[in-house]
Amino acid sequence: MTNTLPVLESLVLAAVLFALGLICVLVRRNIVFMLMGLEIMLNAAGLAFIAAGARWGSADGQVMFIFILTLAAAEVSVGLALILQMFQRFKTVDVDVLRRMEG
Amino acid sequence: MILVWLLIVLIVGGLAALAAGSWSANASRWVSILTFLIGLAIGLYLWVTHADAVTVAQTGGWIVRFKVPWIPRFGIDFQLGLDGLSLMLIMLSLFLGLVSVITSWSEIREQVGFFHFNLVWTLAGTLGVFMALDLFLFFAFWEAMLVPMYFLIALWGHENRRYAANKFFLFTFGSGLLMLVAIIALATIHFADTGTLTFDYFALLGTKMSATAAAFTMLGFFLAFAVKLPAVPFHTWLPDAHTEAPTAGSVILAGVLLKTGAYGLYRFAVPLFPEAAMNFAPIAMTLAVISILYGGIVAFGQSDLKRLVAYTSVSHLGFVLLAVYASNVLALQGGVLVMMAHGITTGALFMLVGALQERTHTREMSRMGGLWPHLPRMAGIGMFFAIAALGLPGLSNFVGELMSLLGTFRASMGFASAAALGLIVAVIYSLYWMQRVFQGPTGTQIEVAGLSDFGARELGTMAAMVIITIWIGVYPQPIIDILDPALTGMRETITVTMMSEG
Amino acid sequence: MLHLLWLVPLLPLLGFTTLVLLQRVLSRTATAIVGVGSVGLSCALALAIASNFLLAPPMGGAFTQTLWTWMQVGDFAPSISLRFDALSLVMMLVITVVGFFIHLYSAEFMAADRSYLRFFAYMNLFVASMLVLVLAGDLLFLFLGWEGVGLCSYLLIAFWHEDPHNCVCGRKAFIVTRIGDVGFLIALLLIFTELGSLDIHTLMQHASAQWPVGSPVAIATAVLLLAGALGKSAQVPLQTWLPEAMAGPTPVSALIHAATMVTAGMYLIARTHTLFELAPPVLLAVAIIGVLTLLISGFSALAQNDIKRILAYSTISQIGYMFLALGVGAWAAAIFHFLTHAFFKALLFLSAGVVIQALDEEHDIHRMGGLRTRLPAAFWSYLIGSASLAAVPLITAGFYSKDLIIASVWSSPLGGPWLWAGAVLGAFLTSVYIFRSVFIAFFGEPRTLVGQRPRARALIALTVLSIGALVIGFLEIPDIFGGGVHVLSEFLQQTLPRSAARPEPARVEWLLELVTVCISIAGIYLAYRLFLRRKPEAEALASTEDANLLRRFWGSGFGFDWVYYRVLVGPYEWFARVNRRDVLDVFYNTLAAISRMLYGMLRQTQTGNLRWYMGVLAAGGVVLVAIVVLT
Repeated sequence: MTNTLPVLESLVLAAVLFALGLICVLVRRNIVFMLMGLEIMLNAAGLAFIAAGARWGSADGQVMFIFILTLAAAEVSVGLALILQMFQRFKTVDVDVLRRMEG
Repeated sequence: MILVWLLIVLIVGGLAALAAGSWSANASRWVSILTFLIGLAIGLYLWVTHADAVTVAQTGGWIVRFKVPWIPRFGIDFQLGLDGLSLMLIMLSLFLGLVSVITSWSEIREQVGFFHFNLVWTLAGTLGVFMALDLFLFFAFWEAMLVPMYFLIALWGHENRRYAANKFFLFTFGSGLLMLVAIIALATIHFADTGTLTFDYFALLGTKMSATAAAFTMLGFFLAFAVKLPAVPFHTWLPDAHTEAPTAGSVILAGVLLKTGAYGLYRFAVPLFPEAAMNFAPIAMTLAVISILYGGIVAFGQSDLKRLVAYTSVSHLGFVLLAVYASNVLALQGGVLVMMAHGITTGALFMLVGALQERTHTREMSRMGGLWPHLPRMAGIGMFFAIAALGLPGLSNFVGELMSLLGTFRASMGFASAAALGLIVAVIYSLYWMQRVFQGPTGTQIEVAGLSDFGARELGTMAAMVIITIWIGVYPQPIIDILDPALTGMRETITVTMMSEG
Repeated sequence: MLHLLWLVPLLPLLGFTTLVLLQRVLSRTATAIVGVGSVGLSCALALAIASNFLLAPPMGGAFTQTLWTWMQVGDFAPSISLRFDALSLVMMLVITVVGFFIHLYSAEFMAADRSYLRFFAYMNLFVASMLVLVLAGDLLFLFLGWEGVGLCSYLLIAFWHEDPHNCVCGRKAFIVTRIGDVGFLIALLLIFTELGSLDIHTLMQHASAQWPVGSPVAIATAVLLLAGALGKSAQVPLQTWLPEAMAGPTPVSALIHAATMVTAGMYLIARTHTLFELAPPVLLAVAIIGVLTLLISGFSALAQNDIKRILAYSTISQIGYMFLALGVGAWAAAIFHFLTHAFFKALLFLSAGVVIQALDEEHDIHRMGGLRTRLPAAFWSYLIGSASLAAVPLITAGFYSKDLIIASVWSSPLGGPWLWAGAVLGAFLTSVYIFRSVFIAFFGEPRTLVGQRPRARALIALTVLSIGALVIGFLEIPDIFGGGVHVLSEFLQQTLPRSAARPEPARVEWLLELVTVCISIAGIYLAYRLFLRRKPEAEALASTEDANLLRRFWGSGFGFDWVYYRVLVGPYEWFARVNRRDVLDVFYNTLAAISRMLYGMLRQTQTGNLRWYMGVLAAGGVVLVAIVVLT
């Protein structure tokens, strides 16, 4: 039961997912896709926590995943709301156009 | 409990002034006046009932103390205490608070309620500083009084107010952080030594520590207080802040806020680290002498009257710094008297400058001149305070300066003699500004026809200040008596600590 | 009666307070009544107290009255106390009597002035401070009076403050005397620290018990006190303020800068004579300074054209005589000369004031001329004053006092022939310069129209002072003039030690007397020859290149001002001017500038490009991980 989850593979998968998410954030100009990239990165981190928690037999990993899940949900809802606002005001979802906000 | 009431009166009074301001400007003014009067009445009550030095001496100089736990986990208490030193400074603060309300009667016309709120709360913070006996609480009050003062300068100041307000805030806040570090260091050292974490002033007195640790911790306190005092070379915020602040702000700054620095030196920087302070004394006294002379010389070079008066504060408070590090009872007494005298005379001078600016719309002395025939009352009163400031015997400043010099002379002849040269410097700048403002031919750049002299309100305030100046000058004994147990106790603490360590 | 002593200084102070508080209400007449009346009352009371003192001397020759303790911290307890003895009695009488007549004169002299009330307020305050100075029993209380008179001197010199020049003169007077006062103040600190008391009587007892003669601490104390005395009494090297002080109204010059305040330095030395006797080198320095001063100012007076400046330099020079007398231990002689000087110099100033007012503010003696017949009252009083100043033998008061000083310098063990020669030369100069002014201003051709003439109040003052300038001298007559009178010196012996004089054979005494007499007459004769009889020749002599140079040098008071300006005033002003913006602020402004620069640099990275931020973030993460992994 303890060794059913292959730790190394899971971590590699998490790393790959994280890299994909990062690339998505970096190369996409559409802010919706960037948000999706962020979600992927968050989930990659969550996967890493699960794997590590299983490896050490500790519930902390799963607790952290719950946290991440909550965080991701909150982030998406706030993020999407902001995006909607921005789209209404600027009629675009392109971050390079939005840089005049000087954020 | 009476001390808490004193604070509550001011805090509530400030809020009431804010609320009254939305109703009518004068209501706000009267509420502030009432607040200060109640405060003064409480102070006077404490003074009269404890004028008998003997009973106070039995309690180590403390008239009233108050203590409730605040954050027990870190050993922080809400501890207040009042001795003669605190009482005198509180009386001075409240009196000057009253004066500043009166002086800004016609000067401040916008956001009157918020103005008085800030004014009263600044003084509430100062009163807290003068009473706090828990180092953490002291720090809290120390920072709390800055914020309303910042607003006073930044909102109601003159042309360059933002710069001045920021400079004021950065200097005092930055040095305050050094003090915070020093406070935490002191508490930690005490914790390591005894195993109890506490910020109690009395517990921390006589904390054992290595000479290096003591020197650095002391330096943290010293810097915070030296900036506030201000001692050369940390004084450059002062002329800007004074010049740009509204009159009431200048009066409070000079009369009250600078005194918190001096008070800190009296209460904390020296008694907490007597040995380190004594090793540091030559440096501090050198700074003091430099402040006295340098402040006076730079004052002479100013063309802006308010800036000139601001620099004279640097010069006067040099005597206090000198007195603190001479550290005998005579010098300590002299230092407090200098503070009182400086508070009154400089406050009056700032009022005068404010009144002049209100009438002539300038602070530049080159544009004034020959105002004596047009403003005879102001000229006479100006002359009075100018000669009080230059240390004429029989007026308040002389008494304080003489006693601090006499005390210093016992500790070091050289420093006392060098500081005595400050009396020459004071004559030079005082007579100089008198001439440039009031004497000489009437300037052409000011419309003299419509100038109005002091009215009854201003004249009454000035008369009170004149009387106090003469009173301290010829019979300072009531003040000396109430101070005596506190300062003697302080001196004994220092001696005892040094004996037990040495 | 003696216990009313405190009222003597209080009455003029009340006059001052009344004038200040009621300035809106009082008419000009009321002002004069309050101003003159308060000093008059004080004068009457002083006379009553003095006669009481003389008839029934108190125990020990002194009366002490402690009003209250000024302040008390531990053993530091200076008190507001009065001490009345022979010395203060003489001083008090001179101040109140001469002061009263000068007030009376001023009531008329200042009648046309806009600030009539302000004048009397200042004058009353001055009289009060001066009385405090001479009556104080505590050195700190004396210092109060000392600074008070300095303040009034400033206020009155700068009285006509519309003219900035007057203010500059007033400031100069205050600042220069303050330099000396700092010495005095440090002396106070030293005395209290060493002797534990500032009560004059106590401290002198302690000093003579604790300090051996010539000990360093005694010398230091005496030097510091001397600094104070030099400033106040306008002696070399702090004499430069007095000629400038003539910018004030003439009664002020008469009262403050001739009769009373400038002699405060002499009074201080006499009052603390014990300390000076413990420091013989300082006493010698006092004598040498006295001689130097009287010579320097004598020469300077020769080259002045402003009548008040002549009198000012003459005042400096006569106080030089007093210092010389103090320096050789002839205490009574110094006081005696102070007494006669107060009368004849006040007289000279007041009659000069009459002249100046009559000629519409004309100060230059060369534009006067022929006033002998046109202003007879002024002429006679000026002549009497000059005769007394020049020590015309037998009939004038100045003769007896100056003669006593010169004789004491010769016979005192502390004196000697050199000091004596200086004093005699000074006497010669005195006759020349004062009669120069008499001959030029009052004789010869009239050059200006005479306007206003003195009226009753001024004439009373002039008459009384003239009588004084003639008869006061009979208080003290040398033995060789048939028996001799020593009223004053015997009276002063209660307070001041008798001067130690070698007995001289009668022949030497006669010879010395003859020298003094001749020198004074010779001076007058020379002035007569040069300035009245042989004017063209004298002018030809004076207009040569060398003489001109010399005259300029003398006229500028030996260039002291020039040097002080170069060495002290100039650099001070220069530093204040270049440092107006406070050089120390540069450091903080640099700090602010650096942080602003850093802010500018970092601001460049805030482009608003979200993906760029993300990239930097990721790169940072990679770097962090790399550091962790690789180390």
